[in-house]
Amino acid sequence: MGEFFRVLTDNGQLFVDGFTNAVKLFLIAAVGSLVLGTLLGAMRVSPVPALRAFGATYVNLVRNTPLTLVFAFLVFAVPKLDVNIEYFSSAAVALTVYTSAFVCEVIRSGVNTVAAGQAEAARALGMTFGQVLTLIVLPQALRAMVPPMMSVFIAMLKNTTIAAGFSVLEAGAIPAYMAERGEPQFAVLLWITIGFLILILPLVALQRFLERKWRVAR
Amino acid sequence: MSQASILYDLPGPRAKRRNAILGVASTVGIIALIAFIGYKFADTGQFEARKWEQFQYASVQRELLGGLGATLKAAGIAAVLALIFGAFFASARLSDKWYLRSPATFVVELFRAIPLLILIFFGYYVPLQYGWSIDKLWALVIGLMLYNGSVLAEIFRAGINAVPYGQTEGAYAIGMRKNQVLRLILLPQAVRSMLPAIVSQLVVLLKDTALGFIITYPELLFVGKQIGGRLPFGLPYVPTYLIVAAIYIAICGALSALAWWLQKRMGRSRRTAAKVLPAQNAGEDAARMI
Repeated sequence: MGEFFRVLTDNGQLFVDGFTNAVKLFLIAAVGSLVLGTLLGAMRVSPVPALRAFGATYVNLVRNTPLTLVFAFLVFAVPKLDVNIEYFSSAAVALTVYTSAFVCEVIRSGVNTVAAGQAEAARALGMTFGQVLTLIVLPQALRAMVPPMMSVFIAMLKNTTIAAGFSVLEAGAIPAYMAERGEPQFAVLLWITIGFLILILPLVALQRFLERKWRVAR
Repeated sequence: MSQASILYDLPGPRAKRRNAILGVASTVGIIALIAFIGYKFADTGQFEARKWEQFQYASVQRELLGGLGATLKAAGIAAVLALIFGAFFASARLSDKWYLRSPATFVVELFRAIPLLILIFFGYYVPLQYGWSIDKLWALVIGLMLYNGSVLAEIFRAGINAVPYGQTEGAYAIGMRKNQVLRLILLPQAVRSMLPAIVSQLVVLLKDTALGFIITYPELLFVGKQIGGRLPFGLPYVPTYLIVAAIYIAICGALSALAWWLQKRMGRSRRTAAKVLPAQNAGEDAARMI
């Protein structure tokens, strides 16, 4: 048992660096995929067929591609196109490109959960497009969107570990460093697991709470 | 147009004109984006014959097929094990004995919260350190089984719970045992309702076999890295990854389409009283395929 705690105290800095980078990567990619995903979602519900087709193609291509492949493409193939970005940025872009397809789907299906009669009634009252969107559709759609959106971001937080396979010092990269130091890997991996549980379980609890609360209200 | 009808009225003459202008502008924008990417590819010589040449060789094609075989093998074994794992833990969670329910709940919740790569690392780094010989295939398969099995357990449980309670009551009323109710009444109806969700979870499993790349299991992505890293062919990473991506998209896309088709079909059928658990495209399930 003493051995188990020694692993953490002896290598504290590595764990702190790893998890700090994981959270940093998560926050950057979360903002990025929220922006790109919203844009794609807006395309998919727009009245312009070309934009709808583009959004649908993007989602269907990205959703059927493994995230690891997106990472590999950015790290190995993109530099061959004379675009040089460092590993951390590649990881952030890979997570953004992948996650925004799922954010887009959440937004689209959220908008679709609002009954058509709601918007029709609003238009019948003479509301403009902006009013229909901000006063009628979005307040109802957001309730439907937030719980699945949280699932997407919880999944992305777990997916940041994949960056470790592509030269980013991240929580998932800790075992590789520990292998060099000869630390007991089972203890190392248990500590990483505990770290992720501390980050993820409160988010899961919040997500379930919102899901329960808003399902009744709708 | 059905999806747009929630937000927009039927367009009048002015809106039609505006939409047409927007349509032309966005088409031009999309074409420009594609052209820019094409230019970038051509500019850095990605279309050179040298970079594509080796894909004509039978040996390279065999290498790719071998990688695909390793991917499908890992996915196949993991899928079978995950389905068994999921069925076992779902039935434990549905039990009315607390000493079966609580440990199963703990296991399912735990494995869903741990990043899959960390689960795979448990099977990779720990044996590596102590010199136990464990196949990388099994490190990958066990990780995939624990994670996807836990997710499947939740799908199974939701599927059983989606059968209206009246069905259970009716079955008990005509004198069936608990076992019979589950086997003859609930399962046949639940399987129909959860089939689309199961298939799309298997797509997730197939995609996640690519994590084997990180523990150097020789699956498709790993083979792609080797083919892409060949200097005599001018480091053809871009062509190789495009081909690898096309293979993944073709297989996963076909499975996703199957899930979607099942969902459409199940939605029409009246053989189950349960609401169909959607595969994709619906509310909270948009998040499931990540």
